[in-house]
Amino acid sequence: MNTSAAGVARSLPVPPHGRVKPVVDGQRRIAQALLIVACAALVVFLLAPLAAILVKSVQDKDGTFAGLGQFRAYLQSGALLESAWNTLWVASVVTLITIPLAFTFAYALTRSCMPGRQVFRLIALTPILAPSMLAAISFIQWFGNQGALKVLLMGHSVYGPIGIIISAVYAIFPHALMIVITALLLADRRLFEAAESLGTSKWRKFFTITLPSARYGLVSAAMVVFSYTVSDFGIPKVIGGNFHVLAIDIYQQVIGQQNFNRGAVVGLILLLPVVLAFIVDAYMQRSQQSQFSSRAVPYAPRPSRAFDTAMFVYCAIIAAFMLAVLGMAIFTSFIKLWPYDLHFSLRNYVYGLVDGGVIDNYFNSVKLGFLTALFGTLLVFVTAYLIEKMRGMNATRGAIRLLAAIPMAVPGMVLGLGYIFFFNEPRNPFHFLYGTMAILVLSTIIHYYTSSHLTAVTALKSLDDEFEAVSASLKVPFYKTFARVTMPVCLPAILDIARYLFINAMVTLSAVIFLYSPDTKLASVAIVSLDESGEIGAAAAMATLIVATSTAVCIVYALLTRVLLRRTQAWRAPASD
Amino acid sequence: MPPADPYLSLAGITKRFGQFTALDRVSLDVPSGSLVTFLGPSGCGKTTLLRIIAGLETQDEGSIVQGGRDISRLPAIKRDYGIVFQSYALFPNLTIFDNVAYGLVNRRAGREKIRSRVAELLKLVGLPDVGRHYPGQLSGGQQQRIALARALATSPGLLLLDEPLSALDALERVRLRAEIRALQQRLAVTTIMVTHDQEEALSMADHIVVMSRGRIEQVGTPQQIYREPATAFVADFVGKVNVLAAVAQGDGRIKLGDLVLKGGGGSERLPAGTAIKLYLRPEDVVVNGDARDHPNGASASVQKIEFLGAFCLVTVTLAGAPTQPLLVNLPRQSLDRMSLAVGAPLSVGLPCECMRLL
Repeated sequence: MNTSAAGVARSLPVPPHGRVKPVVDGQRRIAQALLIVACAALVVFLLAPLAAILVKSVQDKDGTFAGLGQFRAYLQSGALLESAWNTLWVASVVTLITIPLAFTFAYALTRSCMPGRQVFRLIALTPILAPSMLAAISFIQWFGNQGALKVLLMGHSVYGPIGIIISAVYAIFPHALMIVITALLLADRRLFEAAESLGTSKWRKFFTITLPSARYGLVSAAMVVFSYTVSDFGIPKVIGGNFHVLAIDIYQQVIGQQNFNRGAVVGLILLLPVVLAFIVDAYMQRSQQSQFSSRAVPYAPRPSRAFDTAMFVYCAIIAAFMLAVLGMAIFTSFIKLWPYDLHFSLRNYVYGLVDGGVIDNYFNSVKLGFLTALFGTLLVFVTAYLIEKMRGMNATRGAIRLLAAIPMAVPGMVLGLGYIFFFNEPRNPFHFLYGTMAILVLSTIIHYYTSSHLTAVTALKSLDDEFEAVSASLKVPFYKTFARVTMPVCLPAILDIARYLFINAMVTLSAVIFLYSPDTKLASVAIVSLDESGEIGAAAAMATLIVATSTAVCIVYALLTRVLLRRTQAWRAPASD
Repeated sequence: MPPADPYLSLAGITKRFGQFTALDRVSLDVPSGSLVTFLGPSGCGKTTLLRIIAGLETQDEGSIVQGGRDISRLPAIKRDYGIVFQSYALFPNLTIFDNVAYGLVNRRAGREKIRSRVAELLKLVGLPDVGRHYPGQLSGGQQQRIALARALATSPGLLLLDEPLSALDALERVRLRAEIRALQQRLAVTTIMVTHDQEEALSMADHIVVMSRGRIEQVGTPQQIYREPATAFVADFVGKVNVLAAVAQGDGRIKLGDLVLKGGGGSERLPAGTAIKLYLRPEDVVVNGDARDHPNGASASVQKIEFLGAFCLVTVTLAGAPTQPLLVNLPRQSLDRMSLAVGAPLSVGLPCECMRLL
């Protein structure tokens, strides 16, 4: 090698350049345009409706500025204070009951060797498949005026706080359970081994390792349970009786009295505890970051006869309770007339749903489910891809990141209310969406955006960051690599998002209760109106149809992830070295 | 002397991240067909510089000319290079064949042509039979060879290697660095490799660019970098070195503790009383037999012996300068021959032609 050809650091001063601006090529322009579209969509379908609530809340009926007059008037009415108090204490009780129940169940699933762990887990997750009203209907059948186990309430009525609390515990249990399971699975086996080598007792290990490492998961689960109970509309509507909570108040102000401004005020008040819970959770999550190393060794439980038996008994009781709730709803849908004629009959389905045309509402829900799953998954995944893998436009990407976190903190009722205010405004260019299926799809996608977004981001983060760089060096545009590599590799996450969106679209009530039109009425809404008109059998039949559909989708999902993935994802086979 | 025909020229490249200046007016010429390594500790800006050359980051100021074409403002996809990353970045869901063919397919080459080109490349990197495997089924070293084949598939004018060996185990690393070097010389492709491993840089490069804090400290052949470090940073960073505090006597001699030694090149120009730092490689120190009549001889005693395999690192205390321990690198055999042990006396010589005064 000739050393005279040495590379040389030039010492000559370089003429000052202006700031270098890279040339933007076609494929980059596509990415930028898509980013802007995604950001605009979140602004129009999330931010603007929320802003509309703020505006409405400081106006009087004629649309003139009223400052905090609406708030003052409502606060003085006394009714609000009662509803607010009711909402808070009921949600607190639900949280205090659900978290220990879910923690023990999760502990049994992750730290014991009892038989049937998979079955117990599946049973405990079934409430996710049903609209929350199903629990309320079922508890009315068990404990209502003509309930099978009414005596157990010792003279108390199930209509009211008791019914709301037990129904909410049932409906929210799986959500809490999944969060706590994840937290318990994070535990590092090496910690337990270290403790054992120091001769630590079982109890001490529990209080010094297990609980601290699950602490954040427990707080997170508690916040989810609290927010869910505060925001839920279906349960108090069906089983609340005259017991008033904020979600019912909004409904009555807006639908009953057509008082939009006061509805906006209640909506904002409902937003408060949920946003608070969201902030507590976000704060806890942040301080959790450094707690675990990614190299943690998963914990493997060892059999212990007494402990496993105790856990088995506990899980069996909870599972029996869960099946009793679901079973009662299904049973109710297949009998002639509770409690007088318990013979099998399809009367509720044929006369209650098909003949009355109510079955169309079911098909609307299925349609909503498919459209939400399709467009929601597309929007969520592409957006997550753009903000994770594209360079430049940092402000827009940051804005999307922020916007994507908001839906988690917005109760469905508040979102739905915002949609009415924003899209029902004749001067709004998007006014044409009002009363269509499209607005139901959009509101549902936005309502469930945050979880879907997080799933997509987690999947994308596990991909090598340099795929885009490599394809650029090979002169392959990013969208080709997206289609050939990113999407196939993330297929499990994509299917997961689609399933999540479908099931939630099937069961959701709170946002869509304000947005449906006679042509787009949904199954969940139909359950409420059937219940209102006393047709609890038909309402149960509709709830059963929803559960059956969601179950079918879950089975299809399971088959897809097993069969299809096995065929197309041969590369996931374990390395042979 | 700048080369007549650099393939790649960087002029005044500056990059800031907020308040932090990652690169400060870096200028460099890379000769055609050579392998140049960017060497430096983490955070010195070497990876940022590579990414700017690749168009994956945009410099705030400065220009880049590659093969006579100004590419300063071009997006990555419009530039001409192949790149290999530390993480391999192989597409996990595509077979090895499809990975290597990834850039070829896009150029609408015929299927037969693609097949023969991929076969040729796989043979080139010594893995002719893995085309139907998936990346997950190969070892780290094999995956990195495939990444190299993929980067070379389109015959780019420039090959960029971003710490390509850092994720591999020690044996594989040594094997692959020889392979990469041989391949690079055979194809005569201009190559830039980023590394923090001095041994890698010394063994592979035609020219080493030592960087620190966003600036170039020195550019030179491995020999130049090792033997004639231009700055204290280079001397410290590349190889082990003794740094001894001394005072110039003004007559070309220097005073180290109580010892008066003949200084290295340039010491006679230093005015008397100037405090200087004397740099001397441990392997340049001579001992016992060779040191007896050495002009810069001194008596010393063994303080510590660190066994490193073929070599031993011996810490000795100079009788005349007991506060400044001196590291001496000795082959294991000579250590045995002299039966050196802790506390044993020995004489050392500090050859003035090996000293650097910085």
